Amino acid sequence: MSVLVDRDQEFVASIRKIASDIAGVHADEVDRDARFPRETVDALRESGALSAFVPERLGGGEVSLEGIARACYELGRRCSSSAMVFAMHQIQVGTITRHLDGAPWFESYLQELSTQQRLIASVTSEIGTGGDMGRSIAAVTPGQDGILTFEKQAPTVSYGAHSDDLFTTVRRGPEAEPGDQVLVLSRTTETELEPAGTWDTIGMRGTCSPGFTVRARFGAEQVLAAPFSSVMNESIVPLSHILWSFVWLGIATDAFERGRAFVRAAMRRKPGEPVPAANALSRVMSELSLLRAEVESGLRDFVAASADPAREYLGTISSVLRFNNLKLAASEQAPRVCMGVLEVIGIMAYKNDSPFGVGRHLRDTLSARLMVANERIHAIDAGLLAIAKEV
Amino acid sequence: MSNNGLNADIRRVLGEHARLPVDVQSLSEEQDLFAAGMSSHASVNVMLALEDTFDIEFPDNMLKRSVFESISGISAAIAELQGQPA
Repeated sequence: MSVLVDRDQEFVASIRKIASDIAGVHADEVDRDARFPRETVDALRESGALSAFVPERLGGGEVSLEGIARACYELGRRCSSSAMVFAMHQIQVGTITRHLDGAPWFESYLQELSTQQRLIASVTSEIGTGGDMGRSIAAVTPGQDGILTFEKQAPTVSYGAHSDDLFTTVRRGPEAEPGDQVLVLSRTTETELEPAGTWDTIGMRGTCSPGFTVRARFGAEQVLAAPFSSVMNESIVPLSHILWSFVWLGIATDAFERGRAFVRAAMRRKPGEPVPAANALSRVMSELSLLRAEVESGLRDFVAASADPAREYLGTISSVLRFNNLKLAASEQAPRVCMGVLEVIGIMAYKNDSPFGVGRHLRDTLSARLMVANERIHAIDAGLLAIAKEV
Repeated sequence: MSNNGLNADIRRVLGEHARLPVDVQSLSEEQDLFAAGMSSHASVNVMLALEDTFDIEFPDNMLKRSVFESISGISAAIAELQGQPA
């Protein structure tokens, strides 16, 4: 146990250093130019962080989910886009690890990922599904010589052009229902990405997430065998909501720190004299502590539920509601904190070229309510509430 | 020990913000500032003014009575903070 804790601490410390020495240095430029944070991802590769979540027996770092979550937080405090790229990659790695079920192809893939520090992007959204990740139009289609193919119109693929591999949701076969989905892992050498759109957004600009038409050719062994609904409920959805939330917590915490630095500078200039912004800062702190409490308890609940080999709780309605609520709460609370800081600092926070600027923080956290739109999550929850006995 | 300049600056900050009922110049470096009449509220202002004067930040682990209860305590803390690489 203590070896694990040490390993986690060492990992988080190494990410903290990359966050402050590299991610933070380039964050403004990444944001301004809407460019991929390549320096950060290169540093993460070099440190072996892309396989941190892979089990040791497959060549990875076997860092715990807590360690990965803290790393998302540390990166989020310095560069939102770097943090979100890191989080999304780890969600894919964690999902494969939790559901590979001894499949030789996926085991050797994770070994390859560890050796080569491969970056995975995901292709879950699809034009025509109205944002519902639980339905697909594109389908696994048998081609010649046992080769399988799919073609998917994706409205957003985060860092798709910068990834090594893609994890894509598609229908199981040409005749399958929209909800009968599977996940396919394809390498860029097996995949064609035809650009279909731009990525000039108000925030999260460095995630570089334009649309693509994705065409892949792959073998049957590259289809994850585990039932899709289990993979969704036990891993993809809760892992996404937890790691995204830690990214948002990191961004909001840095905004708060800027507010605090501003108020303290004012206090130091005239000790003993009242600083009106100090009370406003205290209010923001209580908003931040609510955010932190929800994010931390979401992580704790998930870790506890995952300790059960059958992961029984994660298949319940109560669990779906719990991790949906984490996403709803965190996605609305993070920009609220940033907005509060804007009011604490005033014009110096509104200016982009000020050390107290929080424009980037506010813009980046506004994406939170849209990555899987909160209204869609409310619609799912509303349906579940009709039948749930325990919430 | 050539921290006379440092101690003079500390005495100046104390003179402005500690609200002592006695002349700060009459206190020895080891004398207990709280016993001499510095309130805890005043000690916060002393801390803020010290941070401004010396361009430092006291980390939470230094925010305790023992650091601020004497000129020598404050002086040692500032020397430690200034000794650290920026």
